[in-house]
Amino acid sequence: MMEKMIFGRFIPGDSLVHRLDPRAKILFVFLFIGIVFVANNAIGYALLLGFTLLIVFLSKIRLYFLINGLKPIFILLIFTFLLHLFFTREGDLLFSFWIIEIYEEGLRQGIFISIRFLVLVFMTSILTLTTSPISITDGIEILLGPFKKIKLPVHELALMMSISLRFIPTLMDETGKIIKAQMARGSDIGSGPMKERIKAVVPLLIPLFVSAFKRAEDLATAMEVRGYRGGEGRTRFRQLDWRLADTLSFVLLAGLTAVLWYFRT
Amino acid sequence: MNLDILSFENVTFTYDTEDGTVLPAVAKVSFAIQPGEWVALVGHNGSGKSTIAKLMNGLLFPQEGSVKVMGHTMSEETLWNIRSQMGMVFQNPDNQFVGATVQDDVAFALENNGVPHAEMVERVHEALHQVKMADYKDHEPHHLSGGQKQRVAIAGALAMRPKLLILDEATSMLDPQGRMEVIETIRRLRESTGLTVISITHDLEEAALAGRMIVMNEGHKHVEGAPKDVFKRGDELTGMGLDLPFAMRMTHLLQEAGVGLQEEHMTEDKLVDELWKYYSKA
Ligand SMILES: Nc1ncnc2c1ncn2[C@@H]1O[C@H](COP(=O)(O)OP(=O)(O)O)[C@@H](O)[C@H]1O
Ligand SMILES: [Mg+2]
Repeated sequence: MMEKMIFGRFIPGDSLVHRLDPRAKILFVFLFIGIVFVANNAIGYALLLGFTLLIVFLSKIRLYFLINGLKPIFILLIFTFLLHLFFTREGDLLFSFWIIEIYEEGLRQGIFISIRFLVLVFMTSILTLTTSPISITDGIEILLGPFKKIKLPVHELALMMSISLRFIPTLMDETGKIIKAQMARGSDIGSGPMKERIKAVVPLLIPLFVSAFKRAEDLATAMEVRGYRGGEGRTRFRQLDWRLADTLSFVLLAGLTAVLWYFRT
Repeated sequence: MNLDILSFENVTFTYDTEDGTVLPAVAKVSFAIQPGEWVALVGHNGSGKSTIAKLMNGLLFPQEGSVKVMGHTMSEETLWNIRSQMGMVFQNPDNQFVGATVQDDVAFALENNGVPHAEMVERVHEALHQVKMADYKDHEPHHLSGGQKQRVAIAGALAMRPKLLILDEATSMLDPQGRMEVIETIRRLRESTGLTVISITHDLEEAALAGRMIVMNEGHKHVEGAPKDVFKRGDELTGMGLDLPFAMRMTHLLQEAGVGLQEEHMTEDKLVDELWKYYSKA
């Protein structure tokens, strides 16, 4: 199941959306999150849904792939929908059976909230699906740049993020090796009652931690030797490049906001 | 004396440990390295090689004696300037890969030294070419072999156009193929650029390729000289926990067995050559 889960994953590609500047995409998603709350009627939500599908189309990510990958999220979605459906008691009574009573307002709220949830999940997924983690880190670093003035360690945070991302596969490999090594010594990971399984994790975590600390020390030495002295006076190899398409994406967003505002009741 | 690219004068270093002072890791060590040399620093585990490497680029400072690099005595003031002129590659290929991709990693030292972007792109490209990794520039580290990662680490050092390259056991975690790749890269670089190389190793086979060898034993400099002279002390070296090159051991065994070989051989090729000659004479 984790294999298919796409929340937070990156799928390399060459669509219009893939090529946008990460700064543009991050800002876009943040603004979009705010704009979603402008919609308050059927037209508004239909527009939001249509807009999101347009973006999905532009990103060349197959809708089926997106829905399939977000299955665990849909469970949450259905749960929220049902919650609204059963517990809102306003408007006309539409349906009544035994103790279940469904009101018009409940159905409306249920649908609206579900759409809101859906478009937000889709949009953020598209951000991560079309932007490599390192680009997201670059984007965040530059967007947060102004906060350096208030002593927010922006460069350090971005470096931490990129190094963590860089070491995830290394540490995953290592975990695999340690599991095998422990299994070869007769430890039984992944079976038996919960308590036993938790106990079996300890001989896995300790070597992993020891080695992670060793790696951290080596890495610090290697960085120092290569002249790392913090963010001061550093130049950047990765350059971000704001193009017309990036500006246009915000025009599109402004258009959506205007239309939503117009139809708002 | 200003000709030396690097020199140690009576350097002593002892690590601080909780149980009071112990034996110095490096004791009264002196040596000098001239531009363009390939020097191998060898010694058993714990003989002080890595400590020497750390003294060379100011990760550690000597308690006694001095370290001079390109005419400057290593100090807090000269440190960063010196570091920008020497590259260093360590043992573990994974733990020195900082960037998200090959080219990011090669650019790391350039970024740190504030090299402008246009020049950075050019230098990264050039360095990757020198180690034959240009085709891999967008690869992530976990898709590379150990030997490839070490070549990227070498490129990362080369991008700074250093005068001196130090390899601290850079091949010891690699498979034979990876080792060959790295050694071949060093050899080629030396031919094309005349780079000064200090390779630290406990593998005498690798040390045999260098022009000069410095042998460390328990923190002291034991002997220094051309590999073929140093190897004459056969048993002395094995007694210090070093393995003689395979070709040498083979030569000795053959000589003991009564095969009349004339010379000491450090490489298999030369041994095989003489065996052919010997065979055709017999
Ligand atoms: N960080 C440290 N703290 C205390 N002792 C150390 C430290 N690093 C190395 N040593 C000791 O210093 C000696 C030399 O180590 P090192 O220079 O790493 O040798 P080599 O690289 O030749 O194997 C060893 O006895 C080792 O135990
Ligand atoms: Mg060492």
